[in-house]
Amino acid sequence: MSEYLLILVSTILVNNFVLVQFLGLCPFMGVSNKLETAMGMSLATTFVLTLSSVCSYLAFEYLLQPLGLEYLQTITFILVIAVVVQFTEMVVRKTSPLLYRVLGIFLPLITTNCAVLGVALLNIKKQNGFVESILYGFGAALGFSLVLILFSAMRERIAFADVPQAFKGSAIGMITAGLMSLAFMGFTGLVNI
Amino acid sequence: MSVIVTAILALLGLAAVFGALLGFASIRFKVDGNPIVDEIDSLLPQTQCGQCGHPGCRPYAESIADGGDINKCPPGGEATIQALAELLDVEATPLDSEHGEEIPKQVAIIREDECIGCTKCIQACPIDAILGSAKHMHTVIASECTGCDLCVEPCPVDCIDMVPVDQGLAAWHWNSPKDQNIIATDKMGLVAEGANLS
Repeated sequence: MSEYLLILVSTILVNNFVLVQFLGLCPFMGVSNKLETAMGMSLATTFVLTLSSVCSYLAFEYLLQPLGLEYLQTITFILVIAVVVQFTEMVVRKTSPLLYRVLGIFLPLITTNCAVLGVALLNIKKQNGFVESILYGFGAALGFSLVLILFSAMRERIAFADVPQAFKGSAIGMITAGLMSLAFMGFTGLVNI
Repeated sequence: MSVIVTAILALLGLAAVFGALLGFASIRFKVDGNPIVDEIDSLLPQTQCGQCGHPGCRPYAESIADGGDINKCPPGGEATIQALAELLDVEATPLDSEHGEEIPKQVAIIREDECIGCTKCIQACPIDAILGSAKHMHTVIASECTGCDLCVEPCPVDCIDMVPVDQGLAAWHWNSPKDQNIIATDKMGLVAEGANLS
């Protein structure tokens, strides 16, 4: 049990995918202008990350490994992630038009989120089991959401701050992200796995 | 050699399975039309008055679903704008005065002894709330009338008055039961009371 908790804490804080491992930076900078869209993006990413880490684990365990095709993992995972995202989009569109309105534009964006592929590959590298894979993906998504929402809240405030001309816009965003990253590096040593 | 064949076959098989899954999903989860339009349409007052610039409530609902403004419906007024804003998760904006002002609920009354039975108002009424036939006196079914005033303009003898509906204590009634299959005017009352019709 404590092992699972460790995985969660590790992925959310210590090895945060965005600020410590620097994966998934494009949505981190791209959709953090408004708190509301950041929340939509977090929700969609959490859903897809968890689901795709399960699916890629299954594909690796029951297709690639028995056939000795481990070297095809990258291309297989890309295929799996793309299908999962597409399938999710169709189902959401049919079952909940309102949720689709909120998540709709973000779902295809997630296909190209490198954190999603990163989680799938790291799961294999760390030789995580089934439950560990789910938790690892879920934890990574929670970490991503936490950081994205914090960052977008900050950016909303920075928009009204008196920033020097040269630093306006993305530049101050980058600096803020760097400072946040420094802060998250402080979690190193909190848990060791 | 066989390693390459296995690899190709494995990937092809995986792609085929996924392709089949997506193909099945695209048929199974096919979306007919835009379901959001229905939800918007059910919130509109259904006066079919055309004050929003669209020929009826459904076209207006379609334009909202496409991202149009939600503040163009005077008969619905503030209550409808609030309900739409909540449904679509957008900011509620004040009623656009270009399309008319929000006026208290009113009904058309025909001064029956002056009516010449020309049937012009019957043709103008978008919800068939006027009874009568050629060369016979017409009258308005007050409970069906949405107060859109489209019948006033065509009347050649100007015998139609728009009368505000008494909204005092005497007109108060319990909330109508929530039913999907109610007629438009009852639905309007429910929307005004802020009831959830979805």
